Amino acid sequence: MPDSTVIGLQHEEEQHPELLHHFVDAEQQRNAASLGMWVFLATEIMFFGGMFCAYLVYRHWYFADFGAASKSIDATLGATNTAVLICSSLTVVVAVWAAQTSRKTLLVVMLVLTMLFGLTFLGIKGKEYKDKFDEHHVPGASFSFNNVPVPGHPGEFANPRHAQIFFSLYFMMTGVHALHMIIGLGIFAWLLHAAWKDRFTPEYHTPVEIGGLYWHFVDIIWIYLFPLLYLIDRH
Amino acid sequence: MGMPTVVPQQRFERETYLNKEYGIWSWLLTTDHKRIALLYLVSITFFFFIGGFFALLIRLELLTPAGDLVQADTYNKLFTQHGMVMVFFFLIPSIPATLGNFLVPMMIGAKDLAFPRINLLSWYLYIIGGAIMLHCMMTGGVDTGWTFYVPFSSNYTNTKFVEAGIAIFIAGFSSILTGLNFVVTIHRMRAPGLTWSRLPLFIWAHYATSIIQLLGTPVVAITILLVAAERVLHLGIFDPRLGGDPLLFQHLFWFYSHPAVYIMILPSMGVVTEIIACFSRKRIFGYHFVAFSSIAIAVFGFLVWAHHMFVAGISVYSALVFSFLSYAVALPSAIKVFNWTATLYKGSIQYDAPMLYAFGFLGLFTIGGLTGLFLSALGINVHVTDTYFVVAHFHYIMVGGAVMGYLGGMHFWWPKISGKLYPEGWARLAALIVFIGFNLTFFPQFVLGYMGMPRRYYDYSHMPEFQVLNVLSTAGSTVLGVGYLLPMVYFLWSMRYGKPAPDNPWNAAGLEWKTESPPPTFNFDEEPVVTWEAYNYEELDAPPQTQEVPVAR
Repeated sequence: MPDSTVIGLQHEEEQHPELLHHFVDAEQQRNAASLGMWVFLATEIMFFGGMFCAYLVYRHWYFADFGAASKSIDATLGATNTAVLICSSLTVVVAVWAAQTSRKTLLVVMLVLTMLFGLTFLGIKGKEYKDKFDEHHVPGASFSFNNVPVPGHPGEFANPRHAQIFFSLYFMMTGVHALHMIIGLGIFAWLLHAAWKDRFTPEYHTPVEIGGLYWHFVDIIWIYLFPLLYLIDRH
Repeated sequence: MGMPTVVPQQRFERETYLNKEYGIWSWLLTTDHKRIALLYLVSITFFFFIGGFFALLIRLELLTPAGDLVQADTYNKLFTQHGMVMVFFFLIPSIPATLGNFLVPMMIGAKDLAFPRINLLSWYLYIIGGAIMLHCMMTGGVDTGWTFYVPFSSNYTNTKFVEAGIAIFIAGFSSILTGLNFVVTIHRMRAPGLTWSRLPLFIWAHYATSIIQLLGTPVVAITILLVAAERVLHLGIFDPRLGGDPLLFQHLFWFYSHPAVYIMILPSMGVVTEIIACFSRKRIFGYHFVAFSSIAIAVFGFLVWAHHMFVAGISVYSALVFSFLSYAVALPSAIKVFNWTATLYKGSIQYDAPMLYAFGFLGLFTIGGLTGLFLSALGINVHVTDTYFVVAHFHYIMVGGAVMGYLGGMHFWWPKISGKLYPEGWARLAALIVFIGFNLTFFPQFVLGYMGMPRRYYDYSHMPEFQVLNVLSTAGSTVLGVGYLLPMVYFLWSMRYGKPAPDNPWNAAGLEWKTESPPPTFNFDEEPVVTWEAYNYEELDAPPQTQEVPVAR
């Protein structure tokens, strides 16, 4: 390349310790990482999509049984968890802004808060699971859902087998979602470590951004799970 | 094409990606896409020969009408493991993870894929999945068929379905990560001047493939998870006794597994496009049509899955719609075939080994594709469902198409990969043997299937008249086996004894030929800038008339 100023620029950018060898400049690296996360989230949509598809089929088939089964889950706990996750999304946004504007203390506090919200969510989820276990609503040999009235149809009782399909989907969907939360906590623990070590600067904060993208995605999945699992028969 | 015999002397001292470092860890911990491609090449070859071994046992069992070589249960496991190994551990990664891994960065003028460490991770996931699958096979195997339909797989089989499911689940993530890497690399890492309409069609084919890998594979992953949960915990999601729906499983399964066929065939089409342009010395005819037909195949591929379920109990109306959409896949496929043919027209065609494989691909893919139309037609489909007609059809696509393209590509780029020339005479012979062996193996199966021989039967003693065609098929499979062994032998031979390859032995267009053979670790000594259109063979071959000074008469 004959233009000496261009070489100088490239050379200068290669000084940045976070620029990997195979990228031309920091912008290319940032764009690649961000597109990579978006593409990954597209695969995640398809991954959850299989379960949403199964849910829609059986909700259509066993409309009333799903309503009855849905009513047995504690919507207050679900609503609390929804609020917790929405708050955690806010702290993630603030964390990204703090990283962009090199406010280290704020960044660390926000990352810790996000993780605390995440842990709160998992704790409440665990309480819900325990309640279901105590009520024998976990699918399997000891499952029991007898004599539960169908909402809006006096004298009719929900079919336990069909309710079991609801609970199967409930545990699969919220379980896979919770697994994503746990992975998110791992990512945020790493981000916290890196933030503590002063790795993030206004020039280099892509990990916070794409880690945040992932967290938002997991939140959005919950925003769809909550009404489908908890609210379909609340009036 | 005459191989240039003069080889520059200085190459023997040059540092390449192969001799930069030595030792096992320089391979197992490498992030160089070219080395990872070779890791994949060794691993998928290993699984190819395992799957091939199962295939030979199947063919040997069918040599006689009686079930006399293996027992019924063993036979079930043989065709299941043959399918699982070949589909998930050979065909899906075959071209993308080897040739694609090696060539995508080089063709677009990049130093590496966008995420080199994720690339290495994808190989490790493949190896972990493969190791679990090997363990599963060695400790009993699975007998569900590679399609593992419920409720047999979830409730009845006493073989190790969960373990095989985990293996496929993990290998699936390896495939997703490869696709993700390709999409980001193709979007973000192209050299200056390399616009989308200047990209080699190999890249377009891999882009379309990656889209399918990204959007399809997660669905089969969650399906496996649901079946495994069903099997372990008896959830009832797919169990009709508990109100579940086995058809839902088939929908979810084929939503991935039909497009998966295009994961196998699209990269092959990309390879064949490169070879045909190079060996007819012409720009590919209808570049944009060929490029967008790849995308169209990827899109249509997601809309036709239920043609695997015409006799499974779906409604006639949805069957009609899926039948119609299945015909639609023929359009982009035909566009490709006609454009390849038009490229050949009046080209200066050279019959080197890669071109022989490309010709083989053209013929076999066309037969496979046309019989696909038979299967899209509802009436014929009902007649030949679960017969050897279907088996022959998909082997024409997945073996005749995909593997021919894979072998053609291996020959075409072998000088670039290894820096050595393979023996051309042997290669042409092998191409011929593969073509003959393939047709001898699978063409009789069309006839068998049409006559009514069902697939997955190990004993046809009630229909001894099927034996002649089965003997032909088994004979063909041994010829085919020889044809597949030959390239492995002479490729290995050429690594030590082959003549050093020039940088561009075919005088081919494309960035990967503008660097050394084998390439340096970062592919190019200087960042390339692209100022020409793809496949500018007319320019490459034009006599240097511009140098002449016009003379006044």
